[in-house]
Formats: sequence, structure tokens, C-alpha cells
Amino acid sequence: MSRPPIRSEPTAVKWTVIGLAALFIALFILLPLVNVFAQAFVKGWEAFGAAIIEPDALAAIELTLIVTAISVAANTAMGLVMAWAITKFSFPGKSFLITLVDLPFSVSPVVAGLVFVLLFGAQGYVGPWLADHDIRILFAWPGIALATIFVTFPFVARELIPLMQEQGTTEEEAAVTLGAAGWRVFSRVTLPNIKWALLYGVLLCNARAMGEFGAVSVVSGHVRGETNTLPLQVEILYNEYQFQASFAVASLLALLAIVTLLAKATLEARLGTGSRRH
Amino acid sequence: MSDLTLDRPTRARTEPRLRRSHSVLPGFGLTLGLTLLWLSLVVLIPLAALFFKTAELSPSRIVAILSAARTLNALKISFGLALIAASVNLVLGAVIVWALVRYEFPGRRVLDALIDIPFALPTAVAGIALTTLYAENGWIGGWLAPLGIKVSFTPLGILVALIFIGLPFVVRTVQPVLEDLDHELEEAAATLGAGRWTTIRRVVLPAVLPAFLTGFALAFARAVGEYGSVIFIAGNLPNVSEIAPLLIVIRLEEFRYADATTIAATMLVASFLLLFVINGLQRWSESRTGRTS
Repeated sequence: MSRPPIRSEPTAVKWTVIGLAALFIALFILLPLVNVFAQAFVKGWEAFGAAIIEPDALAAIELTLIVTAISVAANTAMGLVMAWAITKFSFPGKSFLITLVDLPFSVSPVVAGLVFVLLFGAQGYVGPWLADHDIRILFAWPGIALATIFVTFPFVARELIPLMQEQGTTEEEAAVTLGAAGWRVFSRVTLPNIKWALLYGVLLCNARAMGEFGAVSVVSGHVRGETNTLPLQVEILYNEYQFQASFAVASLLALLAIVTLLAKATLEARLGTGSRRH
Repeated sequence: MSDLTLDRPTRARTEPRLRRSHSVLPGFGLTLGLTLLWLSLVVLIPLAALFFKTAELSPSRIVAILSAARTLNALKISFGLALIAASVNLVLGAVIVWALVRYEFPGRRVLDALIDIPFALPTAVAGIALTTLYAENGWIGGWLAPLGIKVSFTPLGILVALIFIGLPFVVRTVQPVLEDLDHELEEAAATLGAGRWTTIRRVVLPAVLPAFLTGFALAFARAVGEYGSVIFIAGNLPNVSEIAPLLIVIRLEEFRYADATTIAATMLVASFLLLFVINGLQRWSESRTGRTS
């Protein structure tokens, strides 16, 4: 698109701005990412492979996948339910409800972890009861899953709500008038309309769930091979000065970030307008 | 943040309101009930537990905890450096957004895609990468060391980490607003004899200012609570480079629950206030540009 010259700046200014922008992005954003892979392979492929197939690293991968599967499934199902309730009906207090759904984004990850310690810890409200019944939540996978669900709570719902609000209710109403039952209306009419936005939300939810550190760190108890997720494994190795091994494990998470961004770019092309919400 | 617009009375009146009793769609009771149950179990009850635990303490105890030098310094470091980082991001973000939106150049799409890396890269990974990068033998730290500038394990390191995680908030908030800005306003200003710089200052800036403030507030809110990317590079020296979230973790590990909960409740109240400000800014931005996110 050629712009009228009236709206542009002198060529020297233009290229200075572009140069500075490229420099900032390279220096502050790209270099840290490149550094992860450089450090991971600093001792070659063999050391890299050895760090990945080390039993504690494999246990961390397994736990991360389990916790992520639970969190993403829960937040996807409930994200759909919340978006349906919020966008397909009119009721007082709706905008306040949307604010509450977004709330976990503004809570520090450490605070998110702490609240579950206050509930389920030995000094907590439900802690003693859990101990009597021999149920472990804190310092075990259920606590890690809960903390992860908390920090990824808004991801799916917030992608769906604006889109479903825009789409309105006419198509669903037509389906109901024609005699379709509830579930059929959702699966045949609503779902095809929102599938890309849903996938987008799931993608972002998945990336955050796998990479969550602060909240999980507070509730995990850091038991090697048992309650360490991948980010916690990165921390432990780093604090033990096993830098190369730490970066090797970290490179798996960096790879996840790159795949997420590529998938995100593809989906944005599908969604058309380029969804810029975060 | 998504659109958090409160129902404006004008809108409510003009829109055909679908009353609950008139809606033919099924599942209102079920889905709203599940929504409230899920929200309460996962978010509201746990957050309420924090306030109940804090309320169990006597007011003098709370004051004593919050006025302890180490607590005050940790809060000062977290809020102060978050403020500086968000301000730096405002400048970096302005340059980046202008280049991405207003100019065509080879590699523009790649640069645009890279902006999201801090959103997607797990914080612990960012933390160790930045620490190594800015250490005295690192790629960047090696250049800075002869100049006498130490970044890793100093408050400057915290600032670098907070700039990293906050930058996309400013860029992604301002970018769509600048993209949607009407060309004709600038052309009109130029036709009326305004110089380019005057046009940018008097026409473009007022239109994108609310978006910049929203981005600033989002970056600030994120930086205040940030933990993972900071703790590796900070050095974590009490009163010097110890951030508030880390102090919460330390108090928890020392079984000083009263201290941990009081600091956490303070930070939570701060984030509620910030959320309130951000919502207001977003409404202002939308009313200024006629754009609904």
C-alpha cells in the first residue's frame, strides 16, 4: 500500500526508527532466547541428550505433561461453560463477572501459590482435616495442578467471550426454534463458529501451564523426581551450578515457546483480523 | 486485558435486551451455576482465605510486619523498579510500535512475531538466560564489565528482567490503536500547514495516549508481581535486591505465615487497585478512539 507522502517522515528518520526498533528487539528479546540454545549445546549433542534423558528430568517431563493435561482440560471445559453463560444470556452483574474471570491475571504467581498453602497447608483451613484423612494436596501433584489451574484460569474464557459476544445468539435461537436440543445447538452451531478462537485459547493456556514457575514453586515442595515440574527442574539444576544441564532442560521449554508462537501466527492468519489480545 | 466495559446506560437502553425469562436458549441456570461454583472454588475462596488469615492478626502486628525495614525495602524495590521498567518500556515500545505500524521494511513480520517471546517463554527460562547473558563473562555482560557496569546480581539486573517481561504489554496494547488511527486526521493537519512533528505531537499522540497509559499500567502490574524471571538475576540481597514476592517465599519457608500473608495481602490489594485503574484506562481509550477491543 503506497501512503501519501504527507504522512511519512524523512528517510533518515524512518531508518533510524527502524534500526532502533530492530536493535531493541534483538537485544532485549531475541538474544535471551538464542542464549538458551547456545548454552544448552555448549558441551555438544551428547551432553545435551544426557541431560534430557536423566531420570529426574524425565520425571519432571512426565509430571509437567500430567499437570498440563489436567489444567488445560479443566480450563477448556469450564472456559466454554463460562463463555456460554456470559455471552448467551443477559443478567445483572455481567461485566463484574467478566472482571472476576480475568482476576487471576493480576495476581502475583507467588501469591497464587500462597493462597493454596493457606488452605491446604498444616496451618491452613482444611489442612488438618486432609491430614486426618491421609489426603495429600500440598507438596503433591493435586496442589501443583490447582495452582496451575488458578494461573491459567482466564486464558480460554477470555478468547471466547469477545468473539461470542460479537456473534450474538441469532444462529442458536434459529436452531432451537427448528427443534434442536441444547447439546446439539452447542456442538453443531456454536462450536464450528468459535473453533479457531477456542484453539487459540487452548494454545496459550497450554504454554502457560507448562511454563508456570512461581505459583508451582510455592506449592510443590521441590521433591526431586516426584514433585518437580520442568521449570522447577531448571531452577534446581541451575542452583547446583549444573548450568549446561539446566539450559538443556530449559531449551525444551524454549522450544515449546517457539512452537506456540508459530502456531499462534498460523491461527491469527485463520482468525483473519489478527487477534492481539494477550 | 479483554474488554471490561461496564454496561453503559445508553447502550443498555438501545440494545434489544434479551431477558433471561425470554431467552429460548437452554442452559442458563446450569452454566451460570457452574461458572459461579468454579470461580468460587478456584479463585474467590482461595483469595478470600488470604484476607481471612490476615484479618486474624492484630492491627499492631500487621503494622509491625509492614513497617519492618526489610519488608518496606522489598516493597520499595518491587514497586520502584516496576515503575522504572514500565517507563523504559513506554519509550522502547513507542519506537517499536511506530516502526512496525508505519513503515514497510524487510523483516517486519519477523520482528513483529518476536515481540510475543516474553509472553511465551517460561519465566524461569527467561531468568537463567538473562542472568547468563548479563553476567561478567556473558555475551552482553562481557561488553559492559570493562565499562564498570555490573548487571547480573544487582538491582540493574532486576530492571533488565522487568523490561523483558513488560515490553510486549506496551507494544500489543498500542499497536492496534495506532493501526486503526484515521489517516485523514493527519492529512488534514498537514494540509492546514502543521509540520510533521507538530502533527505527531498534536494529532497522533492524544489519540494513542490512553493506549500507552493502559500498556504502561499492564506492564507495571505484571512487573510488580513478577518472580521467576527476576530471582535468578537479582542476587537477592535483603534490603538491596530482594523483591517482595521473594520475601513472601522466604517468610513461608521460615514458617513465618503471618509475615507471608500480610505482605501477600498488601500486594493483592495493590493489584486490585491496579486492575481498577486499568479498566478505567481501557474505557477511556475505547471512548477516545471509538474502538472496542
